[in-house]
Amino acid sequence: MVKNIAHAAAAMALTGMLAMPAMAQDKFIVVASTTSTQDSGLFGHILPIFKAKTGIDVRVVAQGTGQALATAKKGDADVVFVHDKVAEAKFVEEGFGLDRREVMYNDFVIVGPKADPAKTAGKDAIAALKKIEAGKQPFASRGDKSGTHAAELRYWKAADIDPQTGKGGWYRETGSGMGPTLNTASAMSAYAFTDRGTWLSFKNRGELVILVEGDTKLFNQYGVMLVNPAKHPHVKKEMGQQFIDWLTSAEGQAAIAAYKIEGQQLFFPNYVALRKAA
Amino acid sequence: MQEIPQSFSLALSLIASLDANLLAIAGLSLRVSGVAVLLAALLALPLGAWLALARFPGRQGVIAVLNGMMGLPPVVVGLLVYLLLSRAGPLGSLGMLFTPSAMVVAQALLIFPIIAALVRQVIEDAWGEYREQLLSLNASRGQAMMALLFDMRFTLITAVLAGFGRAIAEVGAVMIVGGNIDGVTRVMTTAIALETSKGDLPLALALGVVLIAMVVVINLAAQGIKTLAMRKHG
Repeated sequence: MVKNIAHAAAAMALTGMLAMPAMAQDKFIVVASTTSTQDSGLFGHILPIFKAKTGIDVRVVAQGTGQALATAKKGDADVVFVHDKVAEAKFVEEGFGLDRREVMYNDFVIVGPKADPAKTAGKDAIAALKKIEAGKQPFASRGDKSGTHAAELRYWKAADIDPQTGKGGWYRETGSGMGPTLNTASAMSAYAFTDRGTWLSFKNRGELVILVEGDTKLFNQYGVMLVNPAKHPHVKKEMGQQFIDWLTSAEGQAAIAAYKIEGQQLFFPNYVALRKAA
Repeated sequence: MQEIPQSFSLALSLIASLDANLLAIAGLSLRVSGVAVLLAALLALPLGAWLALARFPGRQGVIAVLNGMMGLPPVVVGLLVYLLLSRAGPLGSLGMLFTPSAMVVAQALLIFPIIAALVRQVIEDAWGEYREQLLSLNASRGQAMMALLFDMRFTLITAVLAGFGRAIAEVGAVMIVGGNIDGVTRVMTTAIALETSKGDLPLALALGVVLIAMVVVINLAAQGIKTLAMRKHG
């Protein structure tokens, strides 16, 4: 028995070693980011450009903003790239993040069934939410503490509505990412609050169309931060900083602006503009 | 419903074109689950055989727990391994989170009880049958274990394949500890989850068809080897 265990342990160590070198690549950073940047294809467009320039492989773990910040807090990422200003500010305040920079924005839209039973179509997001609640129309919410979910909740608050009163009825929390939530909304012909990027690259739309867009309140700002090496000494701060510097450089900003789906630009770089305004 | 026929033709064209991305993802799936099943089997074979022959107080309880662990939820195993391997966790200094090695560990943990429990049952049944013979030969318990494991080797392949099937099909654990990183930790199941969340249901289902085809081919190969070997040594 003892010999068996010793054999097994030796074999384990051996296979472990065999498996590692083939899979490892040393010049990389881990970026905790959101599903909206990944699912929309933005990273697939900009990361190869960054890699060609610096040789750094950016490994993106796409989660909701809340989870991405939690991942970074534990020290499991070098850089965070998310969209929830309030949560990001708290993250920096607590000393987990350094050098927060605003990189770009996209916008939120409200999608819903083409027939639009609540008559929401237009520009005013708050009015639309009020009509959805008044008509008790099905609404699919992320319910996952993501940046998009946090934004959605802010609009409900602005509309002076507590959606939790509709829980189990017209207000349906999927507790999942933007894509799965849109799949649910599509199957139920429900209204949903989504970022435009995910919507444009989303294929299973069914009866859903964009009903509310163009409200300036619907802008969605993305920020990038380095995980504080003072909290987590293993953070690759040089390479992480290189990535942040590149995202906010003229070249990085141009790469973001150049990403289009069906001729539509998804993300609007605004680091430089904000710098000038400040 | 046209997604279903559409996904089958998409699966065929993906396979026929030997899509480089698909090959890399399928290869990683095989590698991760293959190493995981190897590790799990190396530990589960001796442990299952030992548990089949050993008699000690509380043995029935141990067996019940082991059998129960066959239904371990992958997402719970993933979470556990995540917390262990996270930089803030006890094994954080290894820097293994979000690597294929972390996925191997999670899958090995997930399938170890499956293989061990099945091995225990197979060996215990065989022990019932060959007990008298082995005892009359004055075999020690260790020798009896080895003899039974060797004798039952063809049946035990099925136990190992059951573990492999579970490993390669699960998504909950590898999603959490691997992070579904493009080109690094993306495997078939996490790719399917990703395409589903992008709403590309035909592609997601096509990847599913490819995954099932892979598993069937592996099982056919194992079946073939088993038949050949049985003819030779049976």
